[in-house]
Amino acid sequence: MFESLGDRLQTALHKIKGYGKITEDNISEMMREIRLALLEADVNYTVVKEFTNTVKEKALGADVATSINPGDLFVKIVKDELTELLGGESAPLNLTGSPAIAMLVGLQGSGKTTTIAKIGNYLRKKHSKKPLFVACDIYRPAAIDQLIQLGKQLNMEVYSEGKNDPVEISKNAIKYAKENGFDYVLIDTAGRLHIDEELMDELKNIEEAVKPKEILLVIDSMMGQDAINVITGFNDKLPLTGVVLTKLDGDTRGGVALSVRHLTNVPIKFIGVSEKLDGLDSFDPERMAGRILGMGDIVSLVEKATEAIDEKEAEKTAKRMQQGKFDLEDFLSTMKQMKKLGPLENLLKMIPGAKKMGLTNVQINPKDLAHVEAIILSMTPKERRNPEIIKASRKTRIATGCGLSVQEVNKLLQQFEQMKKMMKQFSNGNMKMPF
Amino acid sequence: MGLFNKIKNMFKNTTEEVEKINIEEEVVEENKVKEKKKKKVIKTYEKGLTKSREGFVSKLANLTNKYNKVTEEYFEELEEILIMADIGVNTVMDFMDRLRDRVKKEDISDPNELKEIIVDELFIIYVNDEVLSNRIVYNTGGPTVVLFVGVNGVGKTTTIGKIAYKLKNEGHKILLVGADTFRAGAVAQLDEWAKKVDVGFFGKEESDPASVVYDGLVKAKEDNYDVVLIDTAGRLQNKVNLMKELEKINKVIDTLVDGGASETLLVIDATTGQNGISQAKAFKEITNITGIVLTKLDGTAKGGIVLAIKDEVGIPVKYIGLGEGYDDLEVFDIEKYIYGLFKDMM
Repeated sequence: MFESLGDRLQTALHKIKGYGKITEDNISEMMREIRLALLEADVNYTVVKEFTNTVKEKALGADVATSINPGDLFVKIVKDELTELLGGESAPLNLTGSPAIAMLVGLQGSGKTTTIAKIGNYLRKKHSKKPLFVACDIYRPAAIDQLIQLGKQLNMEVYSEGKNDPVEISKNAIKYAKENGFDYVLIDTAGRLHIDEELMDELKNIEEAVKPKEILLVIDSMMGQDAINVITGFNDKLPLTGVVLTKLDGDTRGGVALSVRHLTNVPIKFIGVSEKLDGLDSFDPERMAGRILGMGDIVSLVEKATEAIDEKEAEKTAKRMQQGKFDLEDFLSTMKQMKKLGPLENLLKMIPGAKKMGLTNVQINPKDLAHVEAIILSMTPKERRNPEIIKASRKTRIATGCGLSVQEVNKLLQQFEQMKKMMKQFSNGNMKMPF
Repeated sequence: MGLFNKIKNMFKNTTEEVEKINIEEEVVEENKVKEKKKKKVIKTYEKGLTKSREGFVSKLANLTNKYNKVTEEYFEELEEILIMADIGVNTVMDFMDRLRDRVKKEDISDPNELKEIIVDELFIIYVNDEVLSNRIVYNTGGPTVVLFVGVNGVGKTTTIGKIAYKLKNEGHKILLVGADTFRAGAVAQLDEWAKKVDVGFFGKEESDPASVVYDGLVKAKEDNYDVVLIDTAGRLQNKVNLMKELEKINKVIDTLVDGGASETLLVIDATTGQNGISQAKAFKEITNITGIVLTKLDGTAKGGIVLAIKDEVGIPVKYIGLGEGYDDLEVFDIEKYIYGLFKDMM
């Protein structure tokens, strides 16, 4: 739904074409575009103001006129500046203390309980820790139940005293952890408004009672301008050590990350990227900057690809593509590789320029992919290697074999032909990659 | 300026209401022990509405006092105020353009005069010449089915608890159906709400949501429930499979109830920024969203995104949530809402 900054700037740049120099005058439209792009990403208004001023200064000083593409240069200035603001080094979770203690705080519905489970899973996997979850949300109906169920899924223990005083529960939990060999205690607190003094005091009391080394503020990445009030509210009351940004698997641009960094010195330690319990990633400022600007995330794409794809297999396929020998067997193997990468529409979104190519609205139903697979698997090896021999009677056989209609078999064959043509163009160098 | 006067009058009425509430508070204090909770609810409500507008209101008042002429700086500052209320970039930009036009055409230079126009224009954005109903449409033929959808953590389950309480008091026999079989503890949470407000409940964990809805509707018919409130799992609007699941749930409702779901309410968290528009668009594509419940307005968030949603997607707000108690729910009133935003100016 949002235009990327790159797309926006193209229009603005068109107008200043012909000017030898970027001046205060002709830069104003571009600054407006940058401003709108950031506001659309929910970056706080005052942050946007300061930010655009900095960018303007840098852009005016830069040698825009002689650069090959002033638009790219401009975007680069913006992105670098954003990356810097979002913070340099990544901050690892504090593991000291016996047991180490972390408490998670935040508004209602920000995702604290799910994040607790994810961090527990992460600590066990990456740091071989034995975490104990502590249920201190005594207010929301069934909140304790939720944590207990998540604990069961992960086979991790939950310490709970029902609706007792959260401060007491926390203290007792630490004692329990010490006695039973748990080395990381994760305290789940109830969601609360930053203006609810009574409940904010409760957090302060827990903090003073157990002195956690980590106090993580959990923030929904879809948050709008009110984020500054929330962040300031929690930061004023508690010595926050980190932030977890949740629900980044949505299509939000997540400008709130910038507000966090601008208002506090607190690092963003994790981001939540799926509902599954391994859906926790470390925070990467450069990627976040790209996301805020709607610039795609080629780094993540490449990383995902290298993790999931069998290199040898991929090389083989690439070679065959170049030679124009790509057949349905290769198609099937490529598809299997792609599947390992996760939902395809997520991958498409990471491609820079995806918007321009009209790819962001593409929705891929995994069932369709399963159908394609079924069709190909119903072919004989000979047919897969020479799709041109598939005529009417073979088509009927294949259709019966996979339980789909002949039309669907036809559709697949047509698509495959188109793909082959496209590949030829790529390898002949007739078609430029759009980025 | 009809609306402006109307809103002014409302301001007076509300002062009386506040007084009433104060009196009520005193009464409540007398029955301290038992009614302690009630008092807290009333207070939260008052505090909620004011808190959430405080920043906005004083800023607008300052703006009018600060400038004795309508200048470019005035416009810029007004734009800032509107954006900070999350009203949405496109909506604000269009609004500013229209305002600038009017100022030019009508040759307005006094900020005091502009106040009325601002209120007027905001009202127009929301109402857009439509007749908007904030009432639930009941199905006379069979049980009235209300489906609740939304992204994760917006407060669907809590909202259902509150609406159940409200409709029960209006004399309906209510069944809550817990079809959020994904999030751990969600079904139990709804069950607790059903007990709390004393209405019927049906739910199963770890089963297919559509089949839970099916069994729930069968139960509703057998036991003569006339309103069925269905809780669904939170889903991010870009997850195709989860959105498909909603389609399936709708099909089940269509099969069992003539006319299908009477209402499908999209629950939106007031702290949501621009993503609210994307949420509204995506959910509307999949289901026939009939209204919005704007939750968590008791914080400092203004929830201005609902103006943009109405403007761009055409979905009106039906209810607002003002806290975690069972009666922290209000029928949405656009005039009250805008009045809230501009209280100090009048």
